[in-house]
Amino acid sequence: MAKEEQDKILNEVTESEYKYGFVTDIENDDIGKGLNEDIIRMISAKKKEPKFMLDFRLKAYRHWKTMKMPEWAYLKIPEIDYQDIIYYSAPKQKAKLESMDDVDPEIRATFDKLGIPLDEQKILANVAVDVVMDSSSVKTTFKEALAEKGIIFCSFSEAVQDHPDLIQEYMGTVVPIQDNFFAALNSAVFSDGSFVYIPKGVRCPMELSTYFRINAENTGQFERTLIVCEEESYVSYLEGCTAPMRDENQLHAAIVEIIVKDNAEVKYSTVQNWYPGDKNGKGGIYNFVTKRGICEGVNSKLMWAQVETGSAVTWKYPSTILKGDGSSSEFYSVAVTNNYQQADTGTKMIHIGNNTKSTIISKGISAGKSNNSYRGLVKVVKNCEGARNFSQCDSLLLGDKCGAHTFPYLEIGNPSAKVEHEATTSKIGEDQIFYCNQRGINTEDAIGLIVNGYAKEVINKMPMEFAVEAQKLLQISLEGSVG
Amino acid sequence: MLSIKNLHVSIEGKDILKGINLDVKPGEVHAIMGPNGAGKSTLASVLAGRDLYNVTEGEVIFQGKDLLDMEPEDRAKEGIFLGFQYPIEIPGVSTVNFMKTAVNEHRKYKGLDPLSASDFLKLMREKKALVEIDSKLTNRSVNEGFSGGEKKKNEIFQMAMLEPKLAVLDETDSGLDIDALRVVANGVNKLKTRDNATIVITHYQRLLDYIVPDVVHVLYNGRIVKTAGKELALELEEKGYDWIKEENGK
Ligand SMILES: Nc1ncnc2c1ncn2[C@@H]1O[C@H](COP(=O)(O)OP(=O)(O)OP(=O)(O)O)[C@@H](O)[C@H]1O
Ligand SMILES: [Mg+2]
Repeated sequence: MAKEEQDKILNEVTESEYKYGFVTDIENDDIGKGLNEDIIRMISAKKKEPKFMLDFRLKAYRHWKTMKMPEWAYLKIPEIDYQDIIYYSAPKQKAKLESMDDVDPEIRATFDKLGIPLDEQKILANVAVDVVMDSSSVKTTFKEALAEKGIIFCSFSEAVQDHPDLIQEYMGTVVPIQDNFFAALNSAVFSDGSFVYIPKGVRCPMELSTYFRINAENTGQFERTLIVCEEESYVSYLEGCTAPMRDENQLHAAIVEIIVKDNAEVKYSTVQNWYPGDKNGKGGIYNFVTKRGICEGVNSKLMWAQVETGSAVTWKYPSTILKGDGSSSEFYSVAVTNNYQQADTGTKMIHIGNNTKSTIISKGISAGKSNNSYRGLVKVVKNCEGARNFSQCDSLLLGDKCGAHTFPYLEIGNPSAKVEHEATTSKIGEDQIFYCNQRGINTEDAIGLIVNGYAKEVINKMPMEFAVEAQKLLQISLEGSVG
Repeated sequence: MLSIKNLHVSIEGKDILKGINLDVKPGEVHAIMGPNGAGKSTLASVLAGRDLYNVTEGEVIFQGKDLLDMEPEDRAKEGIFLGFQYPIEIPGVSTVNFMKTAVNEHRKYKGLDPLSASDFLKLMREKKALVEIDSKLTNRSVNEGFSGGEKKKNEIFQMAMLEPKLAVLDETDSGLDIDALRVVANGVNKLKTRDNATIVITHYQRLLDYIVPDVVHVLYNGRIVKTAGKELALELEEKGYDWIKEENGK
C-alpha cells in the first residue's frame, strides 16, 4: 500500500473517541415498540408486500415464539427485552429520487462525514452504491449499467415488488426461518437489505457495495441480503457499516444468504464497525448475524473476507455449505476487540460434495478487558470423498486483561478427508514497541504497524478500497490500548 | 555532544548504575568494556529511554537538551541510535515498511517531506551495499527468524539508514563471524564523520582493531572505574578483570 495512504491512516490515530459517532437528525416514520402479529402485519402492509411475504414473516414469528436465545456462545449478554424494541422505521422521503441532488441534504452530509463515497468520484471509481439508511433504501446508483448485463442489484423491498418470483424461489433456502433464534426473528421483522442476481455467464463489472447504518434511536436493525449467482457468473460484494455514538444497546440481527451455482464465484467482503460502546463498556451494538452461502454447483467458489472491529457483542459465523463436487470456500477474518467488547465469531465449512476444499484463516486481536473467541466447525459428511480443509487460528493479545479463546470443532465422517489445524497465540511485547520507539516510531504507530502486519494475510484479500479502510479501523479501534 | 553526570539507575529497587559520569564529543569513538552484569546494557537502555529503569539521580544532556525528559521516539529522532544486544523480532512487519516508517518519522521531525517510494528504495540499495546485507534479509519481516549474526548486521543496516548523531552499539560484535565482523566494523567506520559519535560496548578487543576507539572505559559494578586510551583494551584482554575487581574492592 502506498506510503501516503499509510500516513493518512497513521494520522487519524490522534482521534481517540469513536470517530463515526454522531446522530443525524431525520424524521422517522416509526410504528412504536413491541412485537406481535399485528406489528408484523403492519410492517408488511407499510411495505406493500405480496401475501407470500406476509405468510413467510408470520410463520417465522410463530416459530420464533417457541425458541429461546442461544446460550452456548462465550458471551455475557444482558437480558434483551424484545418488546422494548421498535421493529420498523424508515427515513421520511419525498417522491422517488432521480439524482444525487434530490437526496436529503441531512443524509448526504452524514454520508460525507462517514466518507461514504456516494459522489461522482466514486462512480468514476467504478463502484455502484446501494445505500441503506435505517430500513429504507435511499438511493441506488448505476442500476442501469448493471441492468444492461441483466444484473439485478436493488434493495430487498424493491426486489420483493419487482422480482417476487426470484425472492420466493430463493429466500430462506440457505438460512431457513427455523435455523436459529435470530434468524427466525429477522425473518419475521426484517426491514430491508439488498438483493443481487447475476445471470448465467455474467461477470459483474464492478464491486457491488452496500453501506448499512443504524440511525433511529432504539431501532433494531434487521437487514436481509440475498445473492444469487447463476452458472459461470462472478460477483464481488462489499458490505461495510459504521454507526453513530449512542448510549443504549441496540440489537442487530442480519441474515445473508448466498447461492452459488456451477462454476460461479462470489467474494463477500465485510468491514464491520458498529458502535462498540464506550471505554467503560456502556452502550454499543449487539450484533447477531447469520451469514451462510451454499456452493450448490460443481466447482463453485465462495470467499468470505471480513474485518470486524465494532459492536459490543458480536455473534457471527459466516458459513459455507460445499455441496457441489469440487467446490471450494475460503474464510479470512480479522476480529478486533477492545475495552469491554465481546466477540464470538468463526465459520462453518460443511463438506458434502466430493473433492471439496476449504481454507480458514482467522486472526483475533484482543485488547483492554475484551474477550475474543474463535468458534469454527469443519464437517465432512459420510459420503464426501476427498475433502480438504486447512484452518489457521491466530490470536494476538495486547495487555494481560483480555482473553482469547479457540473452539475448533471437527466432525469428520469420511476417512479420505484431509484436515489440518494450526493455532498460535502471541502478544505484542513491550520490547517490540520499544524497539519501534527506538527507531523513531511512536507507540500508536508501532501498534498499527504490528497489528496490520499480523492481519496482512486477511487484509490482502479485501478489495483495495476496503483494505485501506480496514487498516484504518484496526488502528483506530486499538487506540490507547497499550501504555 | 553527550554529557552524563552522576547517573544513578535502579530497577525493582536494586541499584544498578551508581554514579556514571561520561562525556562524549562529536567525532569521538568511546569503547565501554566490563564484566557481565556490570550495567553496560542498562546504561545503553537508559540513554535510549527504556522505561523499565528508574533514574534516581543525575542528568544526561544531549546536544544541549535534557535527554531524560524526552520520549524514546524523540530521542531517536534527535539522533540517538541503539544497536540492541538482543535485537527484537517483529513478525509480519516487513523490514522495508518498518524502515520506511522510521526514516519518514525522522524526516518529519526535521521538517522534511517523506521520501518518495523510488527515493526510498534508492536509499535502501545504497545502505544495503554499505553494510553488505543481503536483500534476502531485508525482504523478510524485521529480524524474524534471523540468525544471531544476521540480526546484528541488520542493526548496522538500520543505523546506516537513520544516520544517527550518537550510535550506542551494544555488543554488536558478539555472534558475528570473522568476515561479518570486518564488514560491520567497516560499515561503522564508513558512517563516521566529524559530527557524529559512537559508543561501542564490547567484550573483545578484536573489534577495537577495526573500530579504533579514542577512549576506553571500564564499567564495573555500576561505575566507570577506569578510563584510558585504546591500549587499555589490550591490557584487559591479557589480564581479564580480576585486577580491576581487586582495585575496586570486590
Ligand atoms: N529487568 C531487570 N530486572 C532485574 N534485574 C535486571 C534487569 N535488567 C538488568 N538487571 C540486572 O542489572 C545488572 C546489569 O545488567 P546489564 O544487562 O546492564 O549488564 P551488562 O553489563 O550489559 O552485562 P553483559 O555483559 O552480560 O551484557 C545485572 O545484574 C542484571 O541482572
Ligand atoms: Mg549487556
